Amino acid sequence: MGYMTFIEHDGTRHKVEIEADKSLMQHAADNMVPGIDADCGGECACGTCHVIVDEAWYAKTGKINSSEQQMLEMTPEGAPTSRLACQIEITDALDGLVVHLPEFQM
Amino acid sequence: MNIQTRAMNLSARLVPMHWQVRAAHLAQQALDRVGLAPKTPEFTESPLPDVSTLAIEDIDVSNPFLWRQGLWGSYFKRLRDEQPVHFQKSSAFGPFWSVTRFDDILFVDKRHDLFSAEPIITLGDQPAGLAIETFIAMDPPKHDKQRQAVQGVVAPRNLKEMESLIRQRTRDVLDHLPVDKPFDWVSNVSIELTARMLATLLDFPYEQRRKLVYWSDVAAASPETTGGQVERDEFFPAVAEVARSFSELWREKEARRDAGEEPGFDVISMMVNNEDTKDLIHRPMEFLGNLALLIIGGNDTTRNSMTGGVLALNRFPQEFDKLKANPALIPNMVSEIIRWQTPLAYMRRVAKQDVELNGETIRKGDKVVMWYASGNRDERAIDKPDEFIIDRKGARNHLSFGFGVHRCMGNRLAEMQLRILWEELLARFDRIDVQGEPEYVQSNFVRGYTRMMVKLTRKNQG
Repeated sequence: MGYMTFIEHDGTRHKVEIEADKSLMQHAADNMVPGIDADCGGECACGTCHVIVDEAWYAKTGKINSSEQQMLEMTPEGAPTSRLACQIEITDALDGLVVHLPEFQM
Repeated sequence: MNIQTRAMNLSARLVPMHWQVRAAHLAQQALDRVGLAPKTPEFTESPLPDVSTLAIEDIDVSNPFLWRQGLWGSYFKRLRDEQPVHFQKSSAFGPFWSVTRFDDILFVDKRHDLFSAEPIITLGDQPAGLAIETFIAMDPPKHDKQRQAVQGVVAPRNLKEMESLIRQRTRDVLDHLPVDKPFDWVSNVSIELTARMLATLLDFPYEQRRKLVYWSDVAAASPETTGGQVERDEFFPAVAEVARSFSELWREKEARRDAGEEPGFDVISMMVNNEDTKDLIHRPMEFLGNLALLIIGGNDTTRNSMTGGVLALNRFPQEFDKLKANPALIPNMVSEIIRWQTPLAYMRRVAKQDVELNGETIRKGDKVVMWYASGNRDERAIDKPDEFIIDRKGARNHLSFGFGVHRCMGNRLAEMQLRILWEELLARFDRIDVQGEPEYVQSNFVRGYTRMMVKLTRKNQG
């Protein structure tokens, strides 16, 4: 199995081992990566697992549906490659993935 | 938009807004005299029956005394266990569905395509003659635009700027509290702190801050809306005063903008300087609606969580010991307070089409009430839900802020205010003892306190 990296707003890096069939949010939660609140537990309903995907990886993280789009529009921290971590399914194809955490979760 | 709202918008450039509200009030009084105004329900308190004596279809959780009489817990438990999607056909607020389990509430809250937040999110309708429009009660896409215009004010980046000011004001309040002598926590701490916060957010004249509290209380407490105690003849003059004060404030901010000044970080400046909201003053019902939302949203909720937290720690004293031993638990405790208190009991929706939910068919046009207060005590979703546990795992996964596009905009501000309050309390006091029983608000919506006597014991400066 491969690895992926969360980079906190202050630059702290967290390398996390990939486990199949788990969302990116779940990976953060299970590995105690700070800065992901996930208040709704992965239902795409709170916007508190916001991440900014590294540009090189953005296209590989899959499509954004309308409810994710709507939740993302509610955060003032949004960026062109923003995603909700609970909506990204992790597979081996994402070995090496890099995501940045925003300064705040809204 | 109804005819009256349209007329108000057309005349808004010529007639001061508070005159328009006054005219609406006179019109309602005239309709009343000739018997044409809708009848306002009247609520008189009497002891409610034990829920086990009722037939399931007779259970009416819209009763505004359920919270005050301490029976809400048993009523909602029975609904969750026996009929989690429950129809009450003849309440004082008309027929409505109650959704009481955590997962079902989450479903309804997420599906704004199936359930509309319009025209209002309380059980009853707005007082006749004043159809206030606010984005909490708008569906996308109009909702999204209006919310985006103001949400920056409570964005974490803005809050970081405000944290030291909030802490300074909190310290000032706490440093002037009586020690070893009973006093009312609600008025001296909860109301005072939220009033200061609101005045800061709105850049409202600081010495007049208690007016904000009064307006909020009046606006959220009309009998036809939530079963509260405010009379129409008190309601309209209060709204007229809001219209007058905030029109003045708005004009002042406009003048500053036109003079080329940098906008402040307050809500009014933000709206004056935003493309989508800069003409809001020409749409009186929207103008009043958005202000009412920010004032009520920032008032009742935080205030009653400030009181509820003290009460919870008195009901579960071992948790207070745990807290004193480990103040790092404060942020987690704040989430637990907000769950345990659930300061707003519910949000209401209207079905946009027929929907099957947990075995029941909700028909298009039916009112659907998501009882957050019940979902937050749902044994299926939360372990030992009636207990207050400050180091609860997953404490953030509560329903009090709602989910989906209408999720509470001020959640981070609320958490910050409560966190600062508890940090400063722990630095000063060893005991906060509730004296006797608190007094509760009459409402089916606001789960609040009108009075709670406490006695403080100063911390030993060893």
